[in-house]
Amino acid sequence: MELLRFTTAGSVDDGKSTLIGRLLYDSKSIFEDQYEQVRETTERRGEEGVNLALLTDGLKAEREQGITIDVAYRYFATPKRKFIIADTPGHTQYTRNMVTGASTANVALILIDARQGVVEQTKRHAIIASLLQIPHMVVCINKMDLVDYNEDRYNEIHDDFERFASKLDVHDISFIPISALLGDNVVDRSDKTEWYEGPTLLYYLENVHIASDYNFIDCRFPVQFVIRPNTDEFHDYRGYSGRIAGGIYRKGDEVMLLPSGFTSKIARIDTFDGEVEEAFPPMSVTMLLDDDLDLSRGDMIVRANNVPRNDQDFDLMVCWFSEKPIQLRGKYSILHTTQDARCVVKEIRYKMDVNTLHRDMEDQHVGMNDIARISIRTTKPLFADAYRKNRITGSVLLIDEGTHVTVAAGMII
Amino acid sequence: MNYHLNHLKELESESIYVIREVAAQFENPVLMFSGGKDSILMTYLAQKAFYPARIPFPLLHIDTGHNFPETIAFRDKLVERLGVRLIVGSVQEAIDNGRIQEEKGFNASRNSLQTAVLLESLEKGGYDAALGGARRDEEKARAKERFFSHRDEFGQWDPKNQRPELWNLFNGKKHFGEHFRVFPISNWTELDVWQYLLTEGVDLPSIYLAHQRDCFVRNGVILADSEFIMKRPEEKVEKMTVRFRTIGDMTCTGASLSDASSFEEIVEEVATTRVTERGGRADDKRSETAMEDRKKQGYF
Repeated sequence: MELLRFTTAGSVDDGKSTLIGRLLYDSKSIFEDQYEQVRETTERRGEEGVNLALLTDGLKAEREQGITIDVAYRYFATPKRKFIIADTPGHTQYTRNMVTGASTANVALILIDARQGVVEQTKRHAIIASLLQIPHMVVCINKMDLVDYNEDRYNEIHDDFERFASKLDVHDISFIPISALLGDNVVDRSDKTEWYEGPTLLYYLENVHIASDYNFIDCRFPVQFVIRPNTDEFHDYRGYSGRIAGGIYRKGDEVMLLPSGFTSKIARIDTFDGEVEEAFPPMSVTMLLDDDLDLSRGDMIVRANNVPRNDQDFDLMVCWFSEKPIQLRGKYSILHTTQDARCVVKEIRYKMDVNTLHRDMEDQHVGMNDIARISIRTTKPLFADAYRKNRITGSVLLIDEGTHVTVAAGMII
Repeated sequence: MNYHLNHLKELESESIYVIREVAAQFENPVLMFSGGKDSILMTYLAQKAFYPARIPFPLLHIDTGHNFPETIAFRDKLVERLGVRLIVGSVQEAIDNGRIQEEKGFNASRNSLQTAVLLESLEKGGYDAALGGARRDEEKARAKERFFSHRDEFGQWDPKNQRPELWNLFNGKKHFGEHFRVFPISNWTELDVWQYLLTEGVDLPSIYLAHQRDCFVRNGVILADSEFIMKRPEEKVEKMTVRFRTIGDMTCTGASLSDASSFEEIVEEVATTRVTERGGRADDKRSETAMEDRKKQGYF
């Protein structure tokens, strides 16, 4: 069974909660006591029916205000796959939450109200999905029951979205006409959309090809922790543990160590369950080398003929998280793979309108939820790839040095 | 060869990564150990993360004095096998010293008293990170929890002001006196835990399996009879075949009627059950936001 992570974004009334509620309910992932608690709360508030949104709104403030503030994680499984939903709010003022939810997703689920067609919010979700390089996008044209399951209307929205998406960096888009409320094409195939020959949403989620979502080409192993047992049995043991960020490593491979540039051979790849012949993303392993070399956290094991950028100057697309705007010439802590460094913001190149893709070269004010392209210089070299090439070695966090709060997520260009 | 991991191996790898990140980023971490299956899973994953070295941090058990005897016996055996240090924060001792007051009445429980003793133990040991086995699927407030969850100098959680968490970059930076709670198995569900324990052949306390026990029913919850719990006159004790889905205090952990006497049968049961595992926890039933309220104060 594989694990698939997908993200949803939306606001009140677009049917997102109903859709999630249906996926959970129809796959029997809502338990009776949860359902009972939601039913009681709905009744106490004097509302009708069962408000499935209460299942995803976990915090007191969210339940009181009837809105999703934060990313909520939901879990369900079918016999084929286990799913993790990152459910995020859809308004502009929650762009940062959408970005957070999108950062680890394999699939972006975008909801369109069939009556309204492609609106600003739809575009915003798609732009963020493209910016965060979510490998697959599934566009659900919802509330088909309210447009009489009209094929022309579906095609119109389909074409509208495709025209808009041609400006984005998205490679795999699918479209499904659904009614979350009535269940059409969600889990079961609808008999009201005979003109539609594609899969149901659940079938799509169960079968979309995600095995190649990781980079298996460029070998990247950031050293996370050095294991030295200091026991009689493992006296000279020196293992470099970490999670493979890219490529396939094999016992006996020639490797290069960064930053030193020394070369060595992989003596063995260890796990608690025994030695493995090969290691690939996202495995957590411990590597032992033939030679006794100095290597510590933040260093990287790569191949001599395929090295990442080893640089101190980078251009980033950032999503700003903090109420305190970005400071030009300001200094921040920066986290990248297992490295911890400092950086200075050299230039704010442009701000991007997250609704239209428009680039504003003049506006230098980058505040909360803004997306901008900036140039930075780091205090020490980072071993990095473009985010497009590898989401793990291409991503950074910026941290305020005074408050230690995470102020931005950055993607290396 | 097929280059993909099944969901259990992927979850395992994610958890190991987070546990190693704690060892790398913090000076003095500790693993909160309750004796339940999730904290046993945590010790197992920690063992995997540092193999062949020992787990480089101690275990901390907040002992209410109302434990199932099976839990304590299991704990002591496990600690000896892993060769780790065990620190016990005693609720009884805090009551005896007058630092906290025992609840009174029929539904009295030491559950909420644990928070004070936990915070005291963390401060006394100078721990800057406390690893816990909480999962997001357990409870709605926990669904919003981060892997690295920041706590202020009073040990409080501020759910509306959490640090965003992206990719696999974890920001463990903090001021002196603050600490982090870290939840490496956040993305596991109850079924994942059982499937994993079954596949890996991990040993658990016997009370997770069906057994005969003296029990009585209160507010629809089956409770084990013990010297720690005051019964009402109409509450009749009878022999039942039960097992526990979670293990907490004897006073507030509900049992479920079950014949599942092997891990395979438990996986089967969990896969088809229609009630959450915390459905039997009296401590969660005190109010709709019981968990969020306790978590803000510094509960696990």
